[in-house]
Amino acid sequence: MNHVTAALRTAKSRLVVIGNGMAGMRTVEEILSRAPDKYDITVFGAEPRVNYNRIMLSPLLSGEKDFDEIVINTPEWYTENNIYLYSGDPVVKIDRDRKVVISKSGTETEYDELLLATGSDPIIIPVPGHKLDGVVTFRDVDDVETMLGAAAKGGPAVIVGGGLLGLEAAVGLQSRGMNVTVLHLAGHVMERQLDPSAGYLLAQELERRGITVITEADTAEIVGSEHVTGVRLKDGRMIPADLVVMAVGIRPNGRLAADAGVAVERGIVVDDVMTTSDPAIFAVGECVQHRGQCYGLVAPLFEMAKSLADHMAEIETDGYTGSVTSTKLKVTGVDVFSAGDFSGGGETEEIVFRDAGRGVYKRIVLEDGKVKGAVLYGDTSDGGWYFQLMKDGEDVTELRDTLAFGQAFAGGSSGNPLDAVAALPDDAEICGCNGVCKGSIVAAISEKSLTTLDEVKGHTKASASCGSCSGLVENLLAATLGGDYQAATVKPICTCTDHDHDSVRRLIIAKNLKSMPAVMQELEWKSSDGCHVCRPALNYYLLAAWPGEYVDHGASRFINERVHANIQKDGTYSVIPRMWGGLTNPRELRAIADVADKFEIPTVKVTGGQRIDLLGVKKEDLPAVWADLNSAGMVSGHAYGKSLRTVKSCVGQEWCRFGTQMSMGMAVELEKMTWGSWMPHKFKMAVSGCPRNCAEATIKDFGVVATDGGWDLHVGGNGGIHVRATDLLCKVTTDEEVKEYCGAFIQLYREEARYLERTAPWIERVGLKHVQERVVDDEDNRKALFDRFMISQKTAQIDPWAERASEGVDAHEFNPLSIIAAE
Amino acid sequence: MSDNLTWVEVGPASAIPQQGARTLQTETDRIAIFRTLDDQVFALLDRCPHKQGPLAQGIVHGHFVTCPLHNMVFSLETGEAQGPDDGCAAKVECQVVNGVVRVGLTELQAGLRHAG
Repeated sequence: MNHVTAALRTAKSRLVVIGNGMAGMRTVEEILSRAPDKYDITVFGAEPRVNYNRIMLSPLLSGEKDFDEIVINTPEWYTENNIYLYSGDPVVKIDRDRKVVISKSGTETEYDELLLATGSDPIIIPVPGHKLDGVVTFRDVDDVETMLGAAAKGGPAVIVGGGLLGLEAAVGLQSRGMNVTVLHLAGHVMERQLDPSAGYLLAQELERRGITVITEADTAEIVGSEHVTGVRLKDGRMIPADLVVMAVGIRPNGRLAADAGVAVERGIVVDDVMTTSDPAIFAVGECVQHRGQCYGLVAPLFEMAKSLADHMAEIETDGYTGSVTSTKLKVTGVDVFSAGDFSGGGETEEIVFRDAGRGVYKRIVLEDGKVKGAVLYGDTSDGGWYFQLMKDGEDVTELRDTLAFGQAFAGGSSGNPLDAVAALPDDAEICGCNGVCKGSIVAAISEKSLTTLDEVKGHTKASASCGSCSGLVENLLAATLGGDYQAATVKPICTCTDHDHDSVRRLIIAKNLKSMPAVMQELEWKSSDGCHVCRPALNYYLLAAWPGEYVDHGASRFINERVHANIQKDGTYSVIPRMWGGLTNPRELRAIADVADKFEIPTVKVTGGQRIDLLGVKKEDLPAVWADLNSAGMVSGHAYGKSLRTVKSCVGQEWCRFGTQMSMGMAVELEKMTWGSWMPHKFKMAVSGCPRNCAEATIKDFGVVATDGGWDLHVGGNGGIHVRATDLLCKVTTDEEVKEYCGAFIQLYREEARYLERTAPWIERVGLKHVQERVVDDEDNRKALFDRFMISQKTAQIDPWAERASEGVDAHEFNPLSIIAAE
Repeated sequence: MSDNLTWVEVGPASAIPQQGARTLQTETDRIAIFRTLDDQVFALLDRCPHKQGPLAQGIVHGHFVTCPLHNMVFSLETGEAQGPDDGCAAKVECQVVNGVVRVGLTELQAGLRHAG
């Protein structure tokens, strides 16, 4: 139970709100904006947390958002507005005679006016087994946490109910790695929102994503002894399940009201100003029944909130007259829209547009020359326009011929989105969730000098709920402010995508994307197979995310990493064998000399990283050169890769009279531990045996400098164009610690840095403190990072030269397809 | 010029990796033969007009290849450099017949007539 304490209490009228959900809090916000000083407000919420955006549970489940991103009102908001919040302490009784509510903890709170916003309960079909462990609904954050817990173990999941919520749950769980089956009683999914054609397209799309959809499926029993093991259908079919999500619908929650003797039918009965049969008690949201209708969508709730707030603030109002609703499915990459009555038949006529290539289906139902309903699949950009035409009851006879092509054609406006929003009338609805029209947004932008999307959200609520209209709002900002508007930009990886590096990395994990085509499809790449900028980055991100599982995509690597040598300006290659820690011996040196002679290698040079470079090797000779080096015990030095390059050393305590630690030994150990690891960019290390630092460790990505009592660990150095000395990460005492910190640091870099970002700019971007918090201060996290590094090393430490020299890997790289010789 | 091309079969298209390339060594120069993701086959001289980079070793994307030396991007269809760069890689005639790649060579390339 959490209490947010209000700063001051005064002798105002006392308003008690039961329900800390979207409808209740929106009403409170609307009241505060009209009559900030009228009430002392107390809120009771059953869930032990602040108010959040319930329609964002699906992105929360799929991992596209985290909880902080869906919070609507922070604890500070309650305090600032002088609202006393009892969260996790539901009201159990209303005593209308004494005008008191009694909470579960026994608190009695008096009211002058009472607002019921108790929402709805998920319907649970009372089939045998519905109380087993592993049977959940999809209604609140606790449900999402249960589902995520089940998803972490993988296995099969069954969703009972193929409506809006059920399908969002199915896609979320599937993207979390579960094997999902949807059971739906009707003949096609989302039958209340979609006609059979759109339902079919949607089911196809779900099947393509690996979700099984069974229609006309009547659940007979949920099977299991303690925990669910499966679902049996009435026709005898058995579907295995470790998790069953009941998403068959909702029922208004009117229990408290009914117990207190307030009139309740299907929901709590209210009039047009949301007053119940008791004039001191109001009700809004999914718990109410208004003119015989109950609503389960967010837009009507917000319309109710406005009408009630007007009434409570004693502002003249027409009251709430009911809502015409539209629906959108919140599944990334699936665009579905429906509104109104699209059943057809009778006096109606319909316009149908299909484009199988793009997977687009549009159906607009007309009656008496007016739009009566619309179903859109695949391209929903004109959904808002059809909805507006429908609500306005506009005669569309003259537009009929081009109606299916959307507003850009019919409205005479050009394809330019700025012109399109500029052409909209002031009363055109922009944000369906919050019922905000263009006029109020434009007015807020000009009057309050708003310049960003977040400011518009804050002042008008437009795009503050499901967010699907944020593009329109941005266009409005641009149209209103002209050249002054700077869109909040993320820098896309390249022109193939709108995503930046960080969001691609996050979504690869969140959506469980395990191949390049999966990433490009699900993240809506704009080119068929990417380009030389995004493909190597994606290949790395996939490799880093799914070690041992993702199969490296050679065609997405730069030539150096494809042929494991460095291309030179004349098209020949340079070859650098690994010399652990910079140490070599006569046998290796003889082998190198023999190779240089045998293949007539023109240049042999010692590199800056203490290795020997053979320059000018012909491409077709590479496998034979490697075979000879391999047989002398040498492997690839990865001098060509975005990977661990070299570990330099000084001679250290082994030889040097100043040495305080065995730097050569440490360099060899570190190199043996880290070689072969693919990274965002090249990665260099060095180990110096005393603070004189002869190995120049303080311009390396990871530098180790011996001291009397141990080792100083340095990070983020660079000796390139912009010389940057390292930052001191920390001091450690044992050799084991050096290795653990080294592995953990590399893994953090591998997981967080953007492709082609060296450690120096990465650390400047995130800050040394960020790194220290994760690698130094948090021991558990350091060990977890180190473990992940070592796991990825299991499949990374394979000598690419040996594979190519003796196992014929990528033979096509080294031989011409054909040679034309003169007769 | 194209009237005098000598068409030679150089091998099955399947021997070229998707989004990759193989080369054909002629009497006078080297030709890069590319296979795209949509299984089309194109050929250019294996020589970037900028610094003679071996185009066969670049990353193939869409109907383009990126030179491995300095990341200039060329159209496989026309050889034209893309974006702000100027230049044109030499296009070589090429076709696939019954799965076999055929390249149209000049007399010099085919070794039918010696240069100079």
